[in-house]
Amino acid sequence: MTRDATVQKEQSMVLQKDMIAAHFKRLANAKETGKKVVYTFVPGNLNELIWAFDMLPVHPEINALQSAMRKKSSSYVIEAEKFGHSEDVCTYVKCDIGMLKKGNIGPTGEKLPEPDLLLLSYTGCFTFMKWFELLKQEYDCPVAMLHVPYQADGEKTPEMIEYVSKQLREEVVPLMEKVSGNKLDKGRLRMLMESSARAEENLVAVWESAKNKPSPIDAYFGGVYYIGPIFSAFRGLDVAEEYYRTLREEVDARVEHKLGPITPDGPMKDERYRLVVEGPPNWTSFREFWKMFYDEGAVVVSSSYTKVGGIYDNGFRHDPDRPFQSMAEYCTGCYTNLNLPTRIQYLQQAIDDYHADGFLINSIKSCNSFSAGQLLILRELEKRTGKAGGFIESDLVDPRYFSAANIKNRLESYFQMIDAKRNG
Amino acid sequence: MKVSEIVARCEELYSDLHLSYVKEWKRRNKRKAIGYMPIYVPRQIIHAAGMLPVGIMGAGDTLEIIRGDAYYQSYICHIPRSTIELGLTGRLDCLDGLLFPAICDVIRNLSGMWQLMFADKYVKYMDFPQNFNESIGGEFYARELEQLREDLVKMGNKPVGVDELNESIIRYNANAKAIKDLYALRSDAPHRVPTYELYLLMRASNILEVSEHTSLVEEYLSAVGKEDRQELDNIRVIVTGVFCEQPPLGLIRALEHSGCYIVDDDWVLGARFIDRDIEVGDDPIRALATGYIKHGVATSSRYIDQEEKGRHLLDRVEELSAEGVIFASPSFCDPALLERPMLQAALSKSNIPYTSFKFGENSGQYQVIKEQTGTFSDSIKLWGTA
Repeated sequence: MTRDATVQKEQSMVLQKDMIAAHFKRLANAKETGKKVVYTFVPGNLNELIWAFDMLPVHPEINALQSAMRKKSSSYVIEAEKFGHSEDVCTYVKCDIGMLKKGNIGPTGEKLPEPDLLLLSYTGCFTFMKWFELLKQEYDCPVAMLHVPYQADGEKTPEMIEYVSKQLREEVVPLMEKVSGNKLDKGRLRMLMESSARAEENLVAVWESAKNKPSPIDAYFGGVYYIGPIFSAFRGLDVAEEYYRTLREEVDARVEHKLGPITPDGPMKDERYRLVVEGPPNWTSFREFWKMFYDEGAVVVSSSYTKVGGIYDNGFRHDPDRPFQSMAEYCTGCYTNLNLPTRIQYLQQAIDDYHADGFLINSIKSCNSFSAGQLLILRELEKRTGKAGGFIESDLVDPRYFSAANIKNRLESYFQMIDAKRNG
Repeated sequence: MKVSEIVARCEELYSDLHLSYVKEWKRRNKRKAIGYMPIYVPRQIIHAAGMLPVGIMGAGDTLEIIRGDAYYQSYICHIPRSTIELGLTGRLDCLDGLLFPAICDVIRNLSGMWQLMFADKYVKYMDFPQNFNESIGGEFYARELEQLREDLVKMGNKPVGVDELNESIIRYNANAKAIKDLYALRSDAPHRVPTYELYLLMRASNILEVSEHTSLVEEYLSAVGKEDRQELDNIRVIVTGVFCEQPPLGLIRALEHSGCYIVDDDWVLGARFIDRDIEVGDDPIRALATGYIKHGVATSSRYIDQEEKGRHLLDRVEELSAEGVIFASPSFCDPALLERPMLQAALSKSNIPYTSFKFGENSGQYQVIKEQTGTFSDSIKLWGTA
């Protein structure tokens, strides 16, 4: 591996950085420009609907992870604990509450505007409900609750889709109309959904590029950047379309030249281990964590975390001809809304399709939605695939739960296990 | 029966992790039994299908967890470990199915684990709506109930029509009334109904056939009136946060012995989840759905839409003349622990004292908690505040 002194920036990275900066600027100026602000969650979000009302989305989980990457989350978590929040509960929630209590300064250093609407799209995580109940105590604004049923039997039934669509049509949209002061612009919604589908198409091509050897992408550490625009504030917008078009071109070029993924230390040259990873990453020591992989020549070819906002590689695309049903299908289909047997099947398929040498679970203390049941996932995948399974533990944004030496030891042992399996 | 005999009967049911009563009931009736996890399921439908609903609330502090721990990381609560232990050691073999109500991510994911680990059993995740509009959430929930009814009809090979459902609703309404009377007597005269006894009676509702349980509660109410029990200088408290994983019996005793009369609680909440009678009529499925949508009690896993957060607790404090609130939450219980700061804020605003601790169903040491709640009690007695 070569190590460049400066981080290599591709055009897509520059585009993403610019769009994030522009969005936080828009948020900082929201009150002056009269834009209404909607706080909402990443999984199965309703970005197209929010933009159709010309409102500005804010995602508390994104703020939390950005705070962690900027080493600010620790003080926010401790601040929330001072206000009576237990050390046992989700650190995303505590980071957000702590940030709020300390002045609600966003990741770019600008103050975030207060919400005009809390859009509680309650998908795949029970804690979301408590999170927005907590925010409701802090802000004088209405809450739109969108309850998304769980795929307990591994399918989206017509009844589930009708239930979600009905909530959208009869409760969520009318409330958004009231808050924004505008009627829903169906033409605009259509255009946004068409754009989303085009971006989704390109993202799937990027994921599938990892079937190549070497893989031109890291679908976990790099992947979390790739999902940034589509899972946060930008899906449906021209900038997101441009981002995914550019990203796909860059990845196609790397495939053509048989290049590996770009890491913070430059392009990775020696692909020694191909992994599928289950679970979110640790954000407080993200680079250090990633380095433990690329130093060993380990590349992640598929990950479940990058499907937490929504799954596109099973063929789903936003469909402008059936806007409400399509949004309902999107909400219902995100990764943590799948039951355990379906999650195992999904990971098994990824291990096969992406020719992985093994799979690794990063179990997150804070996230019961992901973590409860992962030890059974480990056993089942080992049994079904015969591939080496690894298990490490960390947290999302609380640095107290990231033990670098421990994780590194475990990873090194895990890579040795893969070698041993290879050598029979 | 005397009070002591009733309590002994309940203790026996409580500690029998092999579910002998269920096995005997099945043998005698040649019917099936369906288990359910906390907090609430519509037991009327199971009953109408001729089956025995059986509440599973973990294994308390009496079962050593060996295999269950292998399925969970250290930061997951205890109830799923002991439930898996019960399953893997064959203690739940007499159950023909298990229902997993939508209360948190851990129980939700356990439903999928159960599908894989006990593939020959019926497993249903009960997805309770968080939308409380009758024409939206009510419709969805009625379909969920209809699905449950259809599944049980297939399993039990017995029709479950309007008459069967209404008959079961009547029996469960009678049970709810008996339990309401029990709770009312305890809050009126807590020295006559120690919480230890009330709790065991409530746990018996998980196992016994509903009418048998109703009779037992009525018998207790009658017997306890004849006993002379001395009133102590205890404070009146409400215990909250215990809707899923249960405290060990020793911990309940420790709370009572620390100078607290518990006048309300939320353990075994499923038995009194709907705060009024379910209507008997032409559409019992719809009546059950309406009961849940319109008259379900406030608890952490139920979204509060319009009502002020903590209002239910404040009202209970006032109605029952409680002097303080004890937050007893299972370790790593997201719903209870995330709810707690909001409820505490509501209590603080109204100058109602509270104290908080965490427990596990297998906690073995109560001394620290007893000292904490004892101090809480003393401070209220002395100064009227904690």
